[in-house]
This record gives sequence, C-alpha cells and structure tokens, in this order.
Amino acid sequence: MWQITPDEWVAIRLSLKVAGAATLLSLPLGILVAFALARGRFLGRTVLDGLVHLPLVVPPVVTGYLLLILFGRRGPIGAFLEAKLGLVLSFRWTGAALACAVMGFPLMVRAIRLTMETVDRRLEQAAATLGASPVWVFFTITLPLSLPGIIAGVVLCFAKALGEFGATITFVSNIPGETQTIPSAIYSYTQTPGGDAGALRLSLISITLAFGALIASEVLARWTNRWGVAQS
Amino acid sequence: MIAFDCNLPRDGFAFDVKFESDAGVTALFGPSGAGKSTVIQLIAGLTRPQRGRISVAGKVLVDTDRGVALPTHKRGVGLVFQDSQLFPHLSVRQNLTYGRFFSYPGDNRLTLEAVIDVLGIAPLLERSPRTLSGGERQRVAIGRALLASPSILLMDEPLASLDTSRKLEILPFIERLRDDVRIPILYVSHSVEEVARLASTVVKIADGKVVAVGPPGVVLAPSGLAKGAERSDAVSMITGVFVRYDQEYGVTILSHPAGEIVLPGRIDPLRSPVRIVIRASDVTVAVGRPAQVSIRTVLEGTVSAIETRGPFALISIALHGGDRIAATATRLAVNALGLSNGARVHALVKSTAIDLRGVSGVLSD
Repeated sequence: MWQITPDEWVAIRLSLKVAGAATLLSLPLGILVAFALARGRFLGRTVLDGLVHLPLVVPPVVTGYLLLILFGRRGPIGAFLEAKLGLVLSFRWTGAALACAVMGFPLMVRAIRLTMETVDRRLEQAAATLGASPVWVFFTITLPLSLPGIIAGVVLCFAKALGEFGATITFVSNIPGETQTIPSAIYSYTQTPGGDAGALRLSLISITLAFGALIASEVLARWTNRWGVAQS
Repeated sequence: MIAFDCNLPRDGFAFDVKFESDAGVTALFGPSGAGKSTVIQLIAGLTRPQRGRISVAGKVLVDTDRGVALPTHKRGVGLVFQDSQLFPHLSVRQNLTYGRFFSYPGDNRLTLEAVIDVLGIAPLLERSPRTLSGGERQRVAIGRALLASPSILLMDEPLASLDTSRKLEILPFIERLRDDVRIPILYVSHSVEEVARLASTVVKIADGKVVAVGPPGVVLAPSGLAKGAERSDAVSMITGVFVRYDQEYGVTILSHPAGEIVLPGRIDPLRSPVRIVIRASDVTVAVGRPAQVSIRTVLEGTVSAIETRGPFALISIALHGGDRIAATATRLAVNALGLSNGARVHALVKSTAIDLRGVSGVLSD
C-alpha cells in the first residue's frame, strides 16, 4: 500500500523538474513585470496588469488551449521556435513547464509587486542623490529590499506549478515519463479500476511537497526580515 | 553659488521662486506648505519645473529654455532628508560609503576618517541603522551625503523629526560643516531659532513666493502683528561676549553693553561672541529698573518704535551698544506705562524661555 512504484517516482521527479524549470524561467520576467507594475507609469499598464492576472481567473483548460494554438508545432510561435531553435514544446516536458510558468506567473508577480510597493521611494531617491543611476538603484536598493516578496513569489509559483493540472493536460497531454506530472498521474489513477491506493499515495506526496515549500518560505522570510523592509 | 529661478503650478498656489545665494548657510524659511521643500526637490531633480533655470557652483542643472535637465544622479547635490532615509539592509559603514562607489576618486574632497571624526560616529560603524537613535541616524545621513562629495548640501528640515535634546545635539555638527568643512548648505526650516543661528542668508518664502532675502537680523525682524504666526515668530538677535560659566548654578554669564545676560547651560568660550535669538513674547518692558524680580537679564535701551493692532502692541527697543530687541505686549500695557518713542526702558528677558537651538556654541551634555 505505501510502496511507491517506479512509475510514480518518475512522475514525482518530473513534477519537480517541471515546477523548478517553470519557477526559474518565470523569476527574471516576474521581477521585471512586478517592478513595471509597482513603479512604472506607462500607457497600457492596466492592460499588462490584466494580462498577467488573466490565468488566475480564466478556466485553466482555456489557457492550455490557447497555448496549444500558439505554441503547438503548427502554431505561429511554436513553428518559429522549432524552425529557429529546434525547441519543441507540445507534448514535451518543456511544454508542461511553460504551462506551469504561465499559471504560476500571476501569483509570483503579485507577491513581488506587493513588497516592491512597500519599498520607500525616498530610499531610492536618496540613492539617486548619492550618484546611483536608475539601474544601480534597482539592483542595490529596490531588489534587496524586495527579497521577502521575491522568496514568497518563488514559493507560490513553485507550489502552483507542482499542482497545475488543467492547462498542462490540455497543452501537453498526459504521457507517462514525458508530461505526466503528479496531478496527471493522480487523475489517471482515478480513471483506472483499483487505482485508489496510488491516487492516495500521490495525493499525500503532493500535500507534503506543498507543505514543505510553505515552511521553507516561512524560514527564509524570517531570515531576511532581520534586515528587511521595515525601518522603524 | 546657487542661482535659482523656477515656476511650477502647484495645488492651490503658483510656485514662483527666484533667489541667489553665496557660500555658507542659506536658509529657506517659511511656514509649512509654503514651497520650501519644493525648492529642494527641484534642485535635487526629484521634481521638474514647468519653466526655470537652476545652477549650482557654475553647473547648470536645469534650463528649460535650452532643454537641459540633468537626472538626479548626475547633479552632485547631497540631500539630507527629514527622516534620514538610511538604507535598512546596509550597515552604517556601508551607508556612509554608498556614494563613494559612484564618484570619481579624484572628486573626493573628504576622507571617510575625516567625516567620521567631524560627526562623531566612529562607535556606530558596524551597527545596523535600525538600532540607532534618531540623532545618531541623522548624523549618519549627513555623513553619507558628505561622502558622495556633493558641491552643495541640501538639508530638508533635518531636525524636524527629533526631540529638543537631539536637536541641540545635531546643531553643533552643522556649525562644524559650515565653519570647518566649509561646504555650502541650503537649509530648510520653519524654526526661527535654527535659521537665525545657522544662516548667513535667509530666503523667506510664503505661498510659493520669495517675500524677503537678506541676513537673518533683517529678514527675521518682526514683520507685523496681523497674524498669530507673525507675533509668535517675531524675534530679535543680540550678541553677547562670554564672561564666565557658573559651575554652581549651571548658568553662563555673557556681557552686553546694555547689561548682563544670564543663560542656562554651558557655552563654548571658543564660540564667543555668542548670538542669541530672543522671541518678542519672552521680553517684558519695565520703565524703571525693577527691584525684586526673578529675571536676571535686564537690558537698558530706548523705545524706537511702537506698533499697535487690535489688543496687541509691538515695542522696538534700541539697546545701548547697538542691538535691537523687540517685545510684544498688550496695547493696554503700553498706555498704562505711558510708553512713547524715545522713552528710556529696561527690557527683561526670561532666559529660561530662550530656546537653546537659537544660541550658538551651546554645549550639549
């Protein structure tokens, strides 16, 4: 009953790989978009805000379907990527990572942005009067002071990516060893007679992983808070 | 040093300020919301003028006619905020040296050691800004600005968020910057005492306009009785020479041609002569020399002008030896004493009421 089968191990490892890749790829862009939304005053800011948050409210199956249209082998972006970079996304683990990244992105941006908004602008102004150009201000003041939010964003995105199901299965299907992550594997078990034990095992593993990520973020947040945002 | 001429539409009034200043301390003085901080923001490049030109030490920072507007980090102006704005994720030492990273070594006029010494912050270097007191934090902020080698130091109400004893702690350091480091300072404040003590030039601003420019003795002289602020901000400046410090009673005795001045606290004899700012509301006028009163500071002079308005009167007294002192009283009192121009009077100064911020060379304990 509690013995994890080799197939399940494959799904667990794949899930971690997909979620890790999705989080790492999202991070630089997530920081950039969060900064633009927190500090920028530009035309289309509201549109960008809406676009980023869309995957939170649209049915995941719709997101997956849109990804399939755009990034499928015959889709405009998918065809381009395959021709120029030899990168195929549809029905590959890379596609699963993309789907998870898109779904986790709003959570990541939201967490980072909220912290960035609490960074006192006058600290940035002080740095500028000391001779720091905007790029230096960003890297020496804004970014370090946003670290608690960045950690929270990374954890949320990773946890979301681990649990992503709808968009992933729509975009890259459910191929054992290639695109079958833990949620897809659980789904397969529930569709198979006698699969209850496997579904329960993987569910417990899923919960453990998510819980571990939350505790890790809490520890890291405490550690950065020693010199964090609050200036008394 | 600074040539400033800018226009900017603001909520409620039009900001239109023009002034020039030399080396030393130039004070921007006026009530809250008059536009003093806007001047600082415009010089630092944190706000852009609608039309205007600003140059500091011969360098044009903004000239809207020629399309010049240097970004903040290229202006070379040091800014000290009201609430220090130290970087919380860096140590005191890292805060101090932050600006060094962006300046050319050849431009560095002051060494880290010299700044640490002037501001007395050596014991704080490895601490986090969070653990500092308000006064310590402000000294570190001043040091941080100095070490970026600015051509001018802009100080935006640097003492406003501190309590009285902390204010007294910081003021001597600012005097050292003025006298020893010799960096030009633009000092924003709404405290008459601070302005009178530090400034060589005062630019008085009200409702976004310059209403007076000149030495503090002229600009801060009582301007009228119409508003409560005019009555409470009416001050005189008199200069006394250090005589002795009375250890037993903890008072300093100063001499003045019109009489002896007794001040609570210890004054640095090296800073003599001592300039004292006295509010008109702390001065009592007596016709004969009063025999038994608690007031020790009794200065002789003659009435040079009396201005009345409603229940109030402003009495200007020319003291023996040249200084002038103003006193507020009720019109009733003026009539009861029969005061008129040329009357010989005694000005009684309640020295415990004197704000030590307005006394140069006071040593804090």
